[in-house]
Amino acid sequence: MEEGKKIKHTTGTRNKLAGLVLVIAILVGFPPLLSSYWVGLLTEMLIFATLAMSLDILVGYTGMPSLSHAGFFGVAAYTVAILSTRHQAGFWLCLLGGIAMGVFAGAVLGLFVSHVKSVYFLMITLALGMVLWGLSYRWIPMTGGDNGISGIPSLEAHTGLPLAGPLPFYYVTLFVFALCGSLMALFVSSPFGHTLKGIRESESRMSSLGVNTWLHRYLCYIVAGAFASVAGILWAYYNGFVSPSYLDLTASVELFFMVTLGGAGTLVGPALGAGIIVFLKNFISAYTDRWLLILGTVYILAIFFAPRGLWNRFLRKARNRERITSRP
Amino acid sequence: MKLRRVIFLGITAIWVAFGFLPLRAQTRGPIKIGFTVPLSGPYAQNGRDILNGFQLYLEQIGYQAAGRRIELLVEDSEAIPAVALTKTRKLVERDQVHMMAGPLLTSTGYALAPYIDSRKIPMLYPVASGDDLTQRKRSKWIIRTGWTASQPNHAFGEYAYRVLKYRKIATIALDYAFGWESVGGFQRTFEEAGGTITQKIWCPVTVQDFAPYLVQISRDVDAVYALFLGRSALQFLKQYQEFGLKKRIPLIGSGTTTDEHVLPFMGDEALGVISILHYSAALDNPANREFVRAYRSRNKKLPSYYAESMYTGGKWIVKALESVQGNAEDSEALLEALQQVRLTDLPRGPMELDEYGNPIQNQYIRRVDRVNGELQNTVIDTRPNISQFWRYNPADYLKQPIYTRTYVSLKQ
Repeated sequence: MEEGKKIKHTTGTRNKLAGLVLVIAILVGFPPLLSSYWVGLLTEMLIFATLAMSLDILVGYTGMPSLSHAGFFGVAAYTVAILSTRHQAGFWLCLLGGIAMGVFAGAVLGLFVSHVKSVYFLMITLALGMVLWGLSYRWIPMTGGDNGISGIPSLEAHTGLPLAGPLPFYYVTLFVFALCGSLMALFVSSPFGHTLKGIRESESRMSSLGVNTWLHRYLCYIVAGAFASVAGILWAYYNGFVSPSYLDLTASVELFFMVTLGGAGTLVGPALGAGIIVFLKNFISAYTDRWLLILGTVYILAIFFAPRGLWNRFLRKARNRERITSRP
Repeated sequence: MKLRRVIFLGITAIWVAFGFLPLRAQTRGPIKIGFTVPLSGPYAQNGRDILNGFQLYLEQIGYQAAGRRIELLVEDSEAIPAVALTKTRKLVERDQVHMMAGPLLTSTGYALAPYIDSRKIPMLYPVASGDDLTQRKRSKWIIRTGWTASQPNHAFGEYAYRVLKYRKIATIALDYAFGWESVGGFQRTFEEAGGTITQKIWCPVTVQDFAPYLVQISRDVDAVYALFLGRSALQFLKQYQEFGLKKRIPLIGSGTTTDEHVLPFMGDEALGVISILHYSAALDNPANREFVRAYRSRNKKLPSYYAESMYTGGKWIVKALESVQGNAEDSEALLEALQQVRLTDLPRGPMELDEYGNPIQNQYIRRVDRVNGELQNTVIDTRPNISQFWRYNPADYLKQPIYTRTYVSLKQ
């Protein structure tokens, strides 16, 4: 019995490791063969994958379905835009400033949201998301209003690296994605992360065990916001401009779709979901005007056939197969 | 040894030939024009109008210019700047378009400009009307066949004072850059002529009910200047009548308020509204009569200024392509040709570009009338050849900041 479990465990880990190596090999080796358009699209996928994973910490691991997550993304992007265009700040200041503002926003908003749950949490985050959007739209001297801010220097110009073009940007994004992904994976598998899962399953039990659940949720909210800010900084540099559409409700809802489509509570799933949605949006719309219809169909099919997300569905299948094959 | 050399040379020759073949085929291939406007979301109808106008013109010329086929590649920008940029990247990098046209929204216009400049692709903006697109933040690779928001309103401010004889006006407008720049331009020339803007009321773009704003309008003004478009225009005119204001205070406004994209859905509440724009479907010239007829038979509706924008844009592009003998691969030459085009037989009348890439064109004072049971923007006066700088010196004009919400006339 004990023996069998062990074998299953090691083969599982080996498969996982092989999969990871394969994915990394593809992500590293493939892009130089692609045209700049596809490299750009991959960059976009990775940025949104980072963002979706950061939301997954909230939705999947802690049970905090946030509808304002694009807010952090936007706050960081605006910080980069304002610092770099108005104050001619250098790259490192923009980077640190963006993350600091994201963390700050998380710390402030977290005070409002960390004590509420379920539907109330949805409502409050929805409202706060609208407040952040309203700020970007109406605080015109600071944000440029509807027109946004353009003229953010390109990453290579700002960092002073002699690497122009989409490919270096892609590798920077890939590095950041891998770094953030690993950090998030470490975070959720740490004792702190396990406590979060406990809170998700039963908060009353966790608090009776002596865990300060409010503080855990609050810190988790800030951590997720920090990772979202990193994605926002990349997005600002990638596009060269910011606009209120970065943090409106549509953006937050789409992000939510990415997480649920891929499978909440898996980290890999949301990254996959982000990739799929970014790809579908750009790929189908080139061929038909009715692409929104197709995207809608995909969501509905996902709800019917993979209610816990694509990743959970495939992973469970793989596990079943594994159990059959590894049975002594 | 010799054989080897022959084989080597042979292979090299074939290789080189194949290397050249696709290149030659490419220069004879179609001229690719990328086009992006919102085709879904709240601005879908306006985007569709722009596309219809463009397609109508391309159909009329059989998708042929200077002996080459024209291929039109359309992408939906969803009215989101970041999406528009991604779609533009796709058109430029994957489809390798020779030039670009679009977008509808000013925010998208500002977002695309740095990218367009970095890729050195000529682009034509048919509608986006943010002043700074061809003023303080203009880019080398973009020309505009549309307008700046303040352009018609400079002419209109003076007209309101001198011809309509208004002395005190209240303005009510959508609270975003398009509104500020329009009202700012109007206020500047109206007050320089001697009039006074007594109050400026701003409504959020998402406004649902105008009651709280209509009650603020003071009753001792000579006229109300309104700037709306789409749903907000329909709602505003209806409520303006319901509040009994229509009988008491004449209504004037920006051209979009009674543009043909909303006019067919209006009733008596729109009658008598005087507005200004560089186009009206009721303009009486041969080119416009033909355009309106063709557009009506193709799309079963009246052309809006959006539809005309890219009909004219299409003509502009084709004229430029002809003057470079269809050699769209030479971007520099194509850009210069686009800047040099001059046309007189456009539906909107004669037009040329100033050195900043913005049109100098007629502005028409229009009044909503009912003719044969249908509302139309009857042209009652023409202000010919209006530049984006009005009568000001461009250099001095550009030293002043762009019109904002809190613009105060320099006179005071």
